Amino acid sequence: MDPSDKAIVNRLQQGFPICDSPFRYVAEELGIAESELLARLQTMLAEGVLSRFGPMYHAEQMGGALTLAALKVPDDRFDEVAEIVNAFPEVAHNYARNHVLNMWFVLATEKPEQVSAVIGRIEDATGLAVYNMPKISEYYVGLQLEA
Amino acid sequence: MNIDAVDRQIIQATQAGLPLVAQPYQAVAEELGLPVEDVMQRLARMQRDGIIRRIAAVPNHYKLGYRYNGMTVWDVADRYVDSLGPQVAELPFVSHCYQRPRHLPDWPYNLFAMVHGKTEQDAERQVAAIAELLGERARSHEVLYSTKILKKTGLRIGG
Repeated sequence: MDPSDKAIVNRLQQGFPICDSPFRYVAEELGIAESELLARLQTMLAEGVLSRFGPMYHAEQMGGALTLAALKVPDDRFDEVAEIVNAFPEVAHNYARNHVLNMWFVLATEKPEQVSAVIGRIEDATGLAVYNMPKISEYYVGLQLEA
Repeated sequence: MNIDAVDRQIIQATQAGLPLVAQPYQAVAEELGLPVEDVMQRLARMQRDGIIRRIAAVPNHYKLGYRYNGMTVWDVADRYVDSLGPQVAELPFVSHCYQRPRHLPDWPYNLFAMVHGKTEQDAERQVAAIAELLGERARSHEVLYSTKILKKTGLRIGG
């Protein structure tokens, strides 16, 4: 990443305006052309430097629910189970972690009561017990990573 | 539910991302057959109400050089957790901090804090700082580093 990409990543983590020409507005702030901002953003999304760009919706504020869940997946089934879990549209993120509980995913559902149904379907589809760890208290969600 | 059918259409059209064109809200409005002012007003309202946390870029932390993304988990006595959680959350390198249920006997941890380091030493220093803050009130802890992103799409609502 060159300094211009870094400046774009740092700026765009903070938020994006709602106006007629928001890219022009941000490009002017950054001192680059609007077309360059769009092109660099496109490249960074295509290369996976950015996983997404747009509104981040808050499941609970829309009346839905979020939970963190984990699985103990036998090593020789890891890829197969990842494929099964990822195929659920309710799975928003999924990470491999270096622990006996080696697969950790976030479920987002439109209605709170759907969480247990989706967990049941994941248990049926994988044959594994899901450790459900919904939040009891949220102390902080934030921090932007400096590029 | 604080969203109506039109909000829902806008969410479905934008949850995978905004179009990368000079006038992205106009593009969404045309796709949905709505006036652009309506789309912008509704997005602004959803942002005010916290339905949209923010409109922003989400980086892949590995690609930014943050290779050591640790989920630190701590077994803290329940009577302390609501006073210690906010203190851990205030540490400048903690990105998320939650109280979650234990799953005894194999999962005794109830306080979760995410840390991000560019080197193993950075991450270890961050874990040590949390350990120092918690002191003897943390009976045990572990750090689970992510080894691979298997999926990262964000929230999706169905049609």
